[in-house]
Amino acid sequence: MNIPKNLFYTKDHEWARIEGKVAYIGITDYAAHSLGDITFVQLPKIGELLKQSAYCATVESVKAASDVYVPLSGKVLSVNTQLATNPELINQSAYEQGYFFSMEFSDAAEKAKLMDSASYQQYVEGLSK
Amino acid sequence: MLKTPLYETHLALGAKMAPFGGWMMPIQYQGILAEHAHTRRSVSVFDICHMGEFMLQADPALSGFDRLVTQNITAMLPGTCRYGFMLNEQAGILDDLIVYRINKASWMIVVNAVTTPGDLAHLKENLFAGYSLEDVSSKMAKLDVQGPQSQEVLKNIFGQKLEELNYYTFSEFKIFDHQSCIVSRTGYTGELGYEIYIADDYVGRLWELLLKDTRVKPAGLGCRDTLRLEMSYPLYGQDLDTLHTPLAAGLMKFVDLSKDFIGREALAREQENCPKEHLIYFQADSRRAPRHGFAILDKGRKIGTVTSGSFSPSLGVGIGMGYVAGNYDIGAQLVVKQEAAEIPVAVVKRVFLNKKL
Repeated sequence: MNIPKNLFYTKDHEWARIEGKVAYIGITDYAAHSLGDITFVQLPKIGELLKQSAYCATVESVKAASDVYVPLSGKVLSVNTQLATNPELINQSAYEQGYFFSMEFSDAAEKAKLMDSASYQQYVEGLSK
Repeated sequence: MLKTPLYETHLALGAKMAPFGGWMMPIQYQGILAEHAHTRRSVSVFDICHMGEFMLQADPALSGFDRLVTQNITAMLPGTCRYGFMLNEQAGILDDLIVYRINKASWMIVVNAVTTPGDLAHLKENLFAGYSLEDVSSKMAKLDVQGPQSQEVLKNIFGQKLEELNYYTFSEFKIFDHQSCIVSRTGYTGELGYEIYIADDYVGRLWELLLKDTRVKPAGLGCRDTLRLEMSYPLYGQDLDTLHTPLAAGLMKFVDLSKDFIGREALAREQENCPKEHLIYFQADSRRAPRHGFAILDKGRKIGTVTSGSFSPSLGVGIGMGYVAGNYDIGAQLVVKQEAAEIPVAVVKRVFLNKKL
């Protein structure tokens, strides 16, 4: 299970990579693997204001559809347009080419509600027991 | 939860397992899309041991068997099989099934897993005297070998004679020192393919033998579902049930109205009055998948419900089917919807993929 060290994680298996004032958002390798082959993603609109833990995207696999919740509050800056035609990038590269969107986050203190990689690792191991 | 003789084999192959019709079945091994593509391109083997099989010795007319199924079984030649339905008095579909005529008075009936006990009870209740009926489901295994290269693969196992099997015919073959098995040229994928019926004790060896051929890969029920949906083959329990008739499902070509059978009167009546609902097929304008239970809307008004839907790997868009009230022509623009998911779809003709079988 690939869980990069520099990211922040949620219990719903989203990740956030923080670069200055910008956060990149996606779903974890664990989530992508559990969903199976991903066939469709609905992304938020550029400029949309999102509130921490609120719905931000839908991801569909062959078998099911799941909601994605945003790890931080803020404004959507850009979306990963590659996913419209190649949603399998999420299965292949959950943390890099398969990111969902970038956002300007509004409150750095919200990071306290997220897990670091060690806590997320522990959390995921607990789930598979 | 029931387990097929290959349960441990699936676990060893790393399959994702899930319950289906009371059985713990492999959903996928390497992934649904990869297995789907492999079946369309090469050959896949599916564990279908969960399905039910009955052996019946009976004269079709004297035993009343002919009255229990919609297909014209008396016209069948030995060595052929035919798809059809078992109906209740209201013409609701109790099951869809394939009848194999082994010889003049010897039949194999292949039914769905979840309906096996009910079908058996229905047969026993309605057959007259002078027959013998045995549920062999618990000792007969079934493997589906499907894909454009399936004939080449199976010829290596069963010999040249396999080539003689036409669509919807079958023959008995010997394997593993005179172990007999039935191979029919049938399937649920839309590809050239075969279904093999063999005793439980030998299915592990057959599975291994098949996978020794590098063209063959295991495939799970996940891609079986996307493969059958692309061919618009119905799935009992979703697209067919006791609330709908073969007329509503648009499957009257598997019903012989010229003979007497349970449900015939109700069906004839429905045909005069037009069914309240009928099954339509639709295709989305995006990769987004219609799903079982989504509402079907016409200009905001609910007209029906999706019974099956999925992303179609071959077409790259969402496809589905569902019952609607009213008539909708090919090309009609509708919407399928559940909560925030709202998918524009166009009504299409019955088969999504055109295949010669």
